[in-house]
Amino acid sequence: MKQIAARIVQAFGLVLAVIILNFLLVHLAPGDAVDALAGQGENSAETTAQLREQYGLDKPVTTQLATYIGNVLQGDLGVSIANNNQPVTELIGERIWPTILLSITALAFAIILGVFVGTLAARKPESGFSHGTTIFALVGFAMPAFWTGYLLLILFSVKLGWLPVGGMEDLRFKGGWFAKQWDLLQHLLMPALALGLIYIAAYSRLTRASMLEVLESDYVRTARAKGLGERSVLFKHALRNGVIPIVTVMGLQFGAILSGAILVETVFAWPGVGRLAFEAVVERDTNVLLGVLFLISTAVILANLLTDIVYRFIDPRIRVAGSNDG
Amino acid sequence: MADPMVFTSSDEAAAMPEVDPGRVREAPKKYQGLRMFMRNKAAVFGAILLLAILFVTFILPFFFSGERTERVGSIHLAPGAEGSTTFGTDYLGRDVGRIVMQGGSATLKVAGLAALMIVGIGTTVGALAGYYGGWVDNILMRFTEFFQVLPGLLFAIVIVALYGPSTTTIVLAIGLIAWPTIARLVRAEFLRQKNLEYVKAARAIGSSDARIIFKTIMPNTLPVVIVQSTLVMGSAILFEAGLAFLGLSNPKDLSWGFYIGANRSYFLSNWWGVTFPGLMIFFTVLSLSLIGDGLQDAANPKLRGR
Repeated sequence: MKQIAARIVQAFGLVLAVIILNFLLVHLAPGDAVDALAGQGENSAETTAQLREQYGLDKPVTTQLATYIGNVLQGDLGVSIANNNQPVTELIGERIWPTILLSITALAFAIILGVFVGTLAARKPESGFSHGTTIFALVGFAMPAFWTGYLLLILFSVKLGWLPVGGMEDLRFKGGWFAKQWDLLQHLLMPALALGLIYIAAYSRLTRASMLEVLESDYVRTARAKGLGERSVLFKHALRNGVIPIVTVMGLQFGAILSGAILVETVFAWPGVGRLAFEAVVERDTNVLLGVLFLISTAVILANLLTDIVYRFIDPRIRVAGSNDG
Repeated sequence: MADPMVFTSSDEAAAMPEVDPGRVREAPKKYQGLRMFMRNKAAVFGAILLLAILFVTFILPFFFSGERTERVGSIHLAPGAEGSTTFGTDYLGRDVGRIVMQGGSATLKVAGLAALMIVGIGTTVGALAGYYGGWVDNILMRFTEFFQVLPGLLFAIVIVALYGPSTTTIVLAIGLIAWPTIARLVRAEFLRQKNLEYVKAARAIGSSDARIIFKTIMPNTLPVVIVQSTLVMGSAILFEAGLAFLGLSNPKDLSWGFYIGANRSYFLSNWWGVTFPGLMIFFTVLSLSLIGDGLQDAANPKLRGR
């Protein structure tokens, strides 16, 4: 418990560090918000000075930083210049659900397929299937997610015509609730696969390696010796320890998946935060970019915290070690 | 793009318990020779592939006359179609093959420089943290942890978008995000080695800390660092490609990622415009991974086949 509390404090510290980093990124960038505004028309030194005062840019850096931290902690991430000065928090709020749906699906693909393939590969480490898994891991790592997206689109949408080319729903769509979910699923399949492929590959390799280890331990030998079926030994006994490495890397990879969503959402015109970030890049909409960076970093920090807690529950050794020195 | 750093083999190594050396012996004999051969063959294949890519990127263009951005025919001609080129033409009637051929020069330069920076920061932070331990270690590791939770690609996007897409900003952005893996690995090596006899001996004859860190211990961490460098190079290429795809690169370079982005509006009818540049990224990263895996096996035979 004490350790978990310490982790929570630490996580909060990291969030604060992200906010400070955001501030520094803007502060160190050439020109400030007033320069950007003044760039459009003739402005006297007097007006710019007035504007600086209005935005608080004439105050010392530390004061500006304190104001900024206060604003962010209250959920104020500024306004988007490319979207009629709509507050960034509101803008992100509108676009967050598609991204959550997409990344959770990609992660689920990665965990379920990766663990399954890796476990089967570990069962017969010298088989063609097992070596195939190693090759698959190398190939999956080398394919840029956005390119995978286009390959899938060209194959399944353009050549075969099985799946829609992009977006999240068919706008002309009419039908009941179930038909609508089916439509959503069809739109979701390829982006989730493109985003998840690299992790399916990585997790199958990781699971294979860790299961090879576990399958040689004494308790697995005992389980086999008492006559348990192979399926029970693999998926009930061995897998519990075999997935521990996956849980450790998952939290950190959550950020990578959300980052990858920027590329994949751009490819599939998926109306999420990633696509919003791409639009912000095109428009050089700083507040939106920083808002997305803050949001995703915070999500990663929370995911890490969660992983850490989950980890303690599935691996009692950590809990015991923790209570000794904590 | 996946922050590829996060699950390179270092994590596997870190996440795995020590390998029982007996395991390797238990493996069936008749396959072991074959397997080692296969592994080496894969690494050799990777090296040949990389050389081929370097040849295509830096030497082959000299055999062609004219600018690669010249119009060579009608727009959107499929590969092999009448009046077309081997790899087809793009939306401006340019030769896709010719553009893709040189598309790697900027990418490889950026990735190479970024990899140097990553290895530089990673080894320095890792060495100081591992050698001194205590509060130095504590601070440096907090720092490392911070850079690890930052979503790498997004952070790079923000830096390049704010400070403009020049080679310097792109190298800095990629260099800043990908070093924690190396730092952690080097730190672990230093922790392991700093109390070994040879280091004690160096200390006993009065070597300075700097000398012990850089001249005594550092060379012994090289196997780990070199293996990791090839993987880092691969992820740096993927990062650069992702940034360029979003338009965050010098448009004049027409790098692979940028060219996929340029062709993206036409993929419904023009599949070759997005496929071929991506294929080059794929082969380049694959070749580096194969080489890295081969080196890993050579440096750490216990992990062979993992």
